[in-house]
Amino acid sequence: MTDPTQATAVELATALSAGEVSAREVVDAHLERIAAVDGIVAHGDVWNAKPAEELTPDQPHAFLAVTAAAARAHADDVDARRAAGEPLGPLAGVPLALKDVLTMRGAPTTCGSRMLEGWEPPYDATVTERLRAADVVVLGKTNMDEFAMGSSTENSAFGGTRNPWDLDRVPGGSSGGSASAVAGLLAPLAIGTDTGGSIRQPAALTGLVGVKPTYGTMSRYGLVAFASSLDQAGPFARTVEDAARLQSVTWGHDPRDATSVPGEVPDLLAGLQDGVAGLKVGVVRELQGEGYEPGVELVFAAALERLAGLGAEIVEVSLPHASYGLPAYYLIAPSEASSNLARFDGVRYGLRVDAPTAEEMNAATRAAGFGPEVKRRIMIGTHALSSGYYDAYYLQASKVRTLIAEDFRSAFEQVDVLVSPTSPSVAFRFGDKTADPLAMYRNDVATVPASLAGIPALSLPAGLAAAPDDPTTSLPVGLQLMAPLKRDDLMYRAAWAFEQATGFAALPTGPRAVSRSVTTQEVR
Amino acid sequence: MATDTLLPKGWELVVGLEVHVELHTRTKMWCGCSTEFGDEPNTNVCPVCTGQPGALPVPNERAIEDATLLGLALAGEVAERCWFHRKNYFYPDLAKNYQISQYDVPLIHDGHLDVEVELADGSVQRRRVGIERLHMEEDTGKSLHVGDTGRLHGADRSLIDYNRCGIPLLEIVSHPDIRDPETAQAYLRELQAIVRAVDVSDARMDQGSIRCDANVSVRRIGEPLGTRTEIKNLNSVRSLGRAVRYEALRQVAAIEDGGTIRMETRHWDEGRGVTETLRVKESVTDYRYFPDPDLVAVTSPAAHVETVRARLPELPTATRQRLLEAGVPRVQAIALVGTDALAVYDDAVARGAEAAAAANWLVGDVAGQLTAEGIELSESGFTGAYLVELLALIEDGTLSTKLAKQVLAGVLVARGAKSPSEVAEAEGLQQVSDEGELRAIVEQVVADNDATVADIRGGNTKAIGALVGQVMRETRGQADPRKTNELLREVIG
Repeated sequence: MTDPTQATAVELATALSAGEVSAREVVDAHLERIAAVDGIVAHGDVWNAKPAEELTPDQPHAFLAVTAAAARAHADDVDARRAAGEPLGPLAGVPLALKDVLTMRGAPTTCGSRMLEGWEPPYDATVTERLRAADVVVLGKTNMDEFAMGSSTENSAFGGTRNPWDLDRVPGGSSGGSASAVAGLLAPLAIGTDTGGSIRQPAALTGLVGVKPTYGTMSRYGLVAFASSLDQAGPFARTVEDAARLQSVTWGHDPRDATSVPGEVPDLLAGLQDGVAGLKVGVVRELQGEGYEPGVELVFAAALERLAGLGAEIVEVSLPHASYGLPAYYLIAPSEASSNLARFDGVRYGLRVDAPTAEEMNAATRAAGFGPEVKRRIMIGTHALSSGYYDAYYLQASKVRTLIAEDFRSAFEQVDVLVSPTSPSVAFRFGDKTADPLAMYRNDVATVPASLAGIPALSLPAGLAAAPDDPTTSLPVGLQLMAPLKRDDLMYRAAWAFEQATGFAALPTGPRAVSRSVTTQEVR
Repeated sequence: MATDTLLPKGWELVVGLEVHVELHTRTKMWCGCSTEFGDEPNTNVCPVCTGQPGALPVPNERAIEDATLLGLALAGEVAERCWFHRKNYFYPDLAKNYQISQYDVPLIHDGHLDVEVELADGSVQRRRVGIERLHMEEDTGKSLHVGDTGRLHGADRSLIDYNRCGIPLLEIVSHPDIRDPETAQAYLRELQAIVRAVDVSDARMDQGSIRCDANVSVRRIGEPLGTRTEIKNLNSVRSLGRAVRYEALRQVAAIEDGGTIRMETRHWDEGRGVTETLRVKESVTDYRYFPDPDLVAVTSPAAHVETVRARLPELPTATRQRLLEAGVPRVQAIALVGTDALAVYDDAVARGAEAAAAANWLVGDVAGQLTAEGIELSESGFTGAYLVELLALIEDGTLSTKLAKQVLAGVLVARGAKSPSEVAEAEGLQQVSDEGELRAIVEQVVADNDATVADIRGGNTKAIGALVGQVMRETRGQADPRKTNELLREVIG
């Protein structure tokens, strides 16, 4: 194997089980590339990202912390057990980048916030546990918008993450670090979390497959909550099959999460290659047109043609309440956040700014620890839940949510899967939308309806479009596939067929792309 | 104090009670931590009950079932579907800065409690107090304020123990149906007895496993309800009665002086016997209740409710009735219900003990000696079988009542390791009723007390008591008093 960092997870798993490469070699290759390109201070057991002001414009800043020693030890352990002939999981020895919103012992979990800077969680998230049980080797924790609030990763207290396709642009968010790591060949797989599009939109902007599974199928235990009724962890990968394999080892019922759906989850791999011939694909009328960049629309139209060419029956369907999704989402999510984030008070963990009384200490800590977007959402949510406004805001938004779920139910009586562009735009430049929160919120217009309904949704690369502000730069466009509750398998099946037909090589290219030549030593 | 004379003529007292009951489930409401009282601070804690980022609550099914059971015992209706809400407020001992509670739909609604109140003339009146709701929530941690007054204000620093945080808690809210302190006290006592009968909590006020706040207002009869104050820090049934009396009189005096009552929370000062302003409720606190998105609805289908109802044991009203019918006096029947002693009573009676005697011993000497020793019946080793044995020893003349009390003390000191017969034997505590042995002692006493004997023969029969005392001294108190009397009369002639 010439360079493990260019391989997919399935390719790595095959080479590992054939003994062509060791887990330690695979992990070392990734650690070396991270050390070379990401702006990491590569010494000690846990490598930390440089402070934002010391980073250079060619450094993606995908990782906040790299658990180098633990990753190497885990890789060695996998190799030893493989040598001893022990049965290992299908992804054993494959590295992964974990969003810094999921707890993992042995390294800080910061959620991209000063509030939790240096906080080492006393327990592992269920997702972390399951990765460990599957012998997927966690390389480290990735950058994100503070407490997952944002669509560009610019809201991280530790500085933004760059898009490997064009280092002057954002990777999307809030899981921008995870997306940048996989797109920039720092890891073949990553876990992100998606509340209103935080996996799908960055996947679209970095040319990756990104999946928000059915709500309740990925345990939220150990996922630091932003909006509990919407948060869901999910995979990032460079291929559909890689994503399906990662989801397969991490999802399923968890008794520690009361909202976890009971019963079995479907097999994502059994029917993966069954194709789309005869499948009814619904195009959502409300999730296109005004507000979507022309380049995005062109790629989307071509994607529909390709699906039709593969034998899918394309029909237009309506989700009459989808256009209310964005305002409903931006009431429900901040409402829950205002309560979820109340625990950050300086008493038990994280930042504490001392003051004479407990109340003043709480206030001073929260004033210093939270960034402006987090404060904005706490205030919106506090207002929306307050007496006299609850009915008009939170309750009304909850009703809209029910109507949107009904819309999807009716739509799925007519079609098997739904499609739309994932994001109305391609990757934008740093600072383009930071001055206008509403412009930033509009990034989520196509992704929030599925979040509100709890249904599974996936983004995969549909092609490239010229950046509207720079015709010489081509950037990835994502196609969103949505499926009925617990039919994640159907969505993967359609995605696989599309991926095979397009042959999109999800590797960044272009004048300002992250360097692919700065790779590792040749590993045999 | 007789009810109708508490307030000046024309005034009426209105009281509603909010009672919190900590369930004694083995584990907490949302995690697997122990609920043990009195453990080292912060030893029964985990990521869930200390509100660590990312931790999630999972409902304790047993706690919900116990709450349902208590709700049924209070004649309440069980909601077929209800939800947990978040009550948002900042306080250091509230780990998440919100309390998981219930809001618009409680687990139980529309119950009632019948209490019996003894009136000044000795008659007993039955009164019904409506129960608006019983809902589930979680307890908070405990703050310890170090330095200065021991209260938050002016403390140097605060320590927080999260052991109690997340223990299942029920809030039981009565309607404002109570019109006198005695009924308030009877309600609390009866609720405590029911909680213990259904065995969902230790219901100990001294350990805080049952806590009571009183909403008190007064009005001129026929007028609408007056402004109420909420009285906190009521640490016993007695405190409740005293505090309600004080507060009622204070309010009437204030209004008659031309003043008004503020909506406020008041603190009962047990030592000084007064209520004092704790905080003024200028506006209603906005807790921003909303459905907890970490939890799903609690469903109680009718079939499930019936399964729980089948677990209902005999309730205090029925128990008291049964005791009265068995011949136990009313005062003792009331005292027995709701205590551990009831099980010992039932056991003893099942083994053939006479009901009134068994109750009399348990409520009297057993309870008295336990209190004096500072131990619980449950840790004393005293059983129904021992009570039967003790009563039999009295019955067959082996022990006098006085000796029986000594034997009881011995059994309790040995924590039940020795039976009453074993104690009597080991300590040589047996009545001397052997006629020959006793006659010899009596003859000696008569011979030694010429003057007294002459006095008795002269008609002062009361003086025989002095001779009985002498015989008792000679036998170290073990002479059978009845037989001693008989023999003295016979010997003196």
